[in-house]
Amino acid sequence: MRDDSKSFVSLAILNRNFEEVKAGLSPAAAMDESNRCLYCYDAPCIQACPTGINIPSFIKKIASGNLKGSATTIMEANPIGASCARVCPTEELCEGACVLNHSTKPIMIGDLQRYATDWAIKNEQILFKAGEKNGMSVGIIGGGPAGLSAARELARLGYDVTIYEAKSKAGGLNTYGIVSFRLPQKVAQWEVEQVEKLGVQIKTNITVGRDISVNEILETYDSVILAIGMSKGPMLQIEGEELKGVYDAIQFVEDSKTKEITDELIGKRVVVIGAGNTAIDAATCSVRLGAENVKILYRRSQKEMTAYEFEFEFAKQDNVEFRWLTAPTRLIGDSIGQIRQLECIKMKLGDPGIDGRRRPVPIEGSEFILEVDAVIKAIGQTRYLELIDAFGLEQHKGVVKINLETYQTSNPKVYAVGDVIFGEGQGEAMVVSAAQHGKKAAYAIHQQLKNSIIETA
Amino acid sequence: MADLRINLAGIESPNPFWLASAPPTNSGYQVQRAFEAGWGGAVWKTLGEPIINTSSRFAAISFNGKKVVGFNNIELITDRPLEVNLKEIYETKKRFPNHAIIASLMVEPSREKWHEIVKRVEDVGVDGLELNFGCPHGMAERGMGSASGQQPDLVESQTMWVKEVAKTPVIVKLTPNITDITMTAKAAVRGGADAISMINTINSLAGVDLDTWNTIPHVAGKGAHGGYCGPAVKPIALNMVAECARNANINIPLSGIGGISNWRDAVEFMLMGATGVQVCTAAMHHGFSIVEDMIDGLNNYLDEKGILSVTELIGKSVEKYSDWGNLDLNYQTVAKINTDICINCNKCHIACEDTAHQCIDMLTDPKGNKYLKVREADCVGCNLCAIVCPEEGAISMIELPREKIAMTWNERQHALASLRG
Repeated sequence: MRDDSKSFVSLAILNRNFEEVKAGLSPAAAMDESNRCLYCYDAPCIQACPTGINIPSFIKKIASGNLKGSATTIMEANPIGASCARVCPTEELCEGACVLNHSTKPIMIGDLQRYATDWAIKNEQILFKAGEKNGMSVGIIGGGPAGLSAARELARLGYDVTIYEAKSKAGGLNTYGIVSFRLPQKVAQWEVEQVEKLGVQIKTNITVGRDISVNEILETYDSVILAIGMSKGPMLQIEGEELKGVYDAIQFVEDSKTKEITDELIGKRVVVIGAGNTAIDAATCSVRLGAENVKILYRRSQKEMTAYEFEFEFAKQDNVEFRWLTAPTRLIGDSIGQIRQLECIKMKLGDPGIDGRRRPVPIEGSEFILEVDAVIKAIGQTRYLELIDAFGLEQHKGVVKINLETYQTSNPKVYAVGDVIFGEGQGEAMVVSAAQHGKKAAYAIHQQLKNSIIETA
Repeated sequence: MADLRINLAGIESPNPFWLASAPPTNSGYQVQRAFEAGWGGAVWKTLGEPIINTSSRFAAISFNGKKVVGFNNIELITDRPLEVNLKEIYETKKRFPNHAIIASLMVEPSREKWHEIVKRVEDVGVDGLELNFGCPHGMAERGMGSASGQQPDLVESQTMWVKEVAKTPVIVKLTPNITDITMTAKAAVRGGADAISMINTINSLAGVDLDTWNTIPHVAGKGAHGGYCGPAVKPIALNMVAECARNANINIPLSGIGGISNWRDAVEFMLMGATGVQVCTAAMHHGFSIVEDMIDGLNNYLDEKGILSVTELIGKSVEKYSDWGNLDLNYQTVAKINTDICINCNKCHIACEDTAHQCIDMLTDPKGNKYLKVREADCVGCNLCAIVCPEEGAISMIELPREKIAMTWNERQHALASLRG
């Protein structure tokens, strides 16, 4: 039965499923919406944006037909503003702060931001210039949102910047970790190009600590920024994880963005474990790969879910089923090592843990079996502990300790930004916040180094 | 259901909404469609020696995404033979005997020419005549339209020539392209006009194309000034109507024209002295059906106010319009911000801070909530904050208790003069 259905779904259809799901605003819609903006003074949307984009200004510029100026205003404050237009939880940030929430409906700031940046992408605009070389150099490890952002600002300040990127392309999460139908790779790559065009050297396929030593990095540059993000997902620590058909969500999404789309999930039953944004991405990705049924299993309840509301809604629209208070206990395979069943147990919420969230407790004897063809683990990410240790930085559970103002680590020459400092009380992991880290670290480095620039000049 | 009928200097129509002499009244087909839609009258597109029009004639102003805030045209009077127009007027009047058809006329400033055309159009049964002394372009170069409308003596003499033979009421349509419209209005009165209508269009250049640097509109790369109308000109028209209405020497009925887009505008013109109104741009923007709401809205308004006839509105606000010297200098209003309604866009603050009197403070209450407050002592009651406020009811202009007795500038000067004695 399920094999028959394969013939009805072609790879062409699957590929089309991965095109950006949301259409951009038409010029007329952008004009209407931009004219609706009140152009508030001391606007709350600006304050709600982690990168402080002058939102009324960029919107006014759309209305006046100054799209280059609009895109520049956005990208000036946020070097990954085109990606953020698509992935920011705007209802919690700028749009949530819009004063029109109190009267009509908030301005579609994210969509307008996308409109302006899409124009810049389409018209191949170069929005910024590198500063006059100041003779100082900075090495950045990791070419994701935080690293790119720092690089962009440092290049504008005249630094010689080199980014070491382990993957074949820079862009990090935006390039590899967010599904194509929400954030096409070309958007993230345009942002990478903007940085490269400032003379920033991006050395891809270089893993620091393996292809180049930490010491060499520390000796080569006047400052170093650690923007290494996080690693693959952790193990569930249950039986059967090695079975065929068991995936890591990060890798699963990355494959969907980097490899040919396959037909192997057509008609299949997929279970995603976890309820964060990556879990939603893995689930909606599975739907688009032709899976017949996709379930998200979460050991806590909807209230504790970490996925953004709009991500949750998006998954529901894709007919993803949610099984709250359910945890996997065993992955069961067949004779050829292919996963066939998932044993689960029902949970209930107990007392709050140290993070304030109520801890899930198994309900004894409530085990049950789900028939599955694939299981995707989306229960977080591990950290690059080894590399952090190689730098000899103070850290707590892999979260590098920093001066919250300067992003300086326990080694005054080394700064850390992005996912490597998120968590453990150091803020929420948002792409837009990572971009802001990068900017702030760049300015802090400039504060630290500019005196030596003057001395050597 | 209020009585919407009007009688303008003897011209009766079922409601005060006429189509102005313009493209919408170019033909019998159009005027009949308009009457079917509910328009009470139509001033036929100006008759005269048929002209040749240019291709590319109209342009409009958009503002903040709103189309046709202002409208500009370089179209001239009718380009169809007089006989054709007369035949269609006759047919239309026959089909709609109770609707007003007014013939707009424009000929050279010659007594014989005026006599001839008046006789010809009255023969086909028009209810009145409107002398077009206002068209600012094309015809003016030939000594007609605003070229004669800008010279009070020409207005007077031509009106007189028409009145020598006219059997139907004569309306003189005035140009706004003049320093003081009451000068030409008085000339029309002296010439024996039965009514005046205003305003014709205002000299205008709609714009310049940023890529080609051509004028907007352009004809083969060249432009010439046109006539401006539409919502943007309403305040100019309303003032001119009001100035004429309050002038003791202009005691003939007024037909209001200029940016009237809905029943509310019509009520304002009537309150300021117009007996009826003429509409063009709104119909060109949306079609004839807009008259449905004009009639319906006016009727509901009158019912709500308990007014039995629309004619009761005419001129009711005229006495409230005066010279600046008669305004009370001791009257004081201040802005008050209702923080329950305010959405904290801070537009009032920055408008006041940058461009007015620096009296709206951005404050934070003990709970950390931001709010805005007017320092009444420094507020001059200019209205700017209330004007820029996007939220209805968030800012009210409050009348302060009187501290001094009312005194106008004129009274003050008079008092000072008597003191100096």
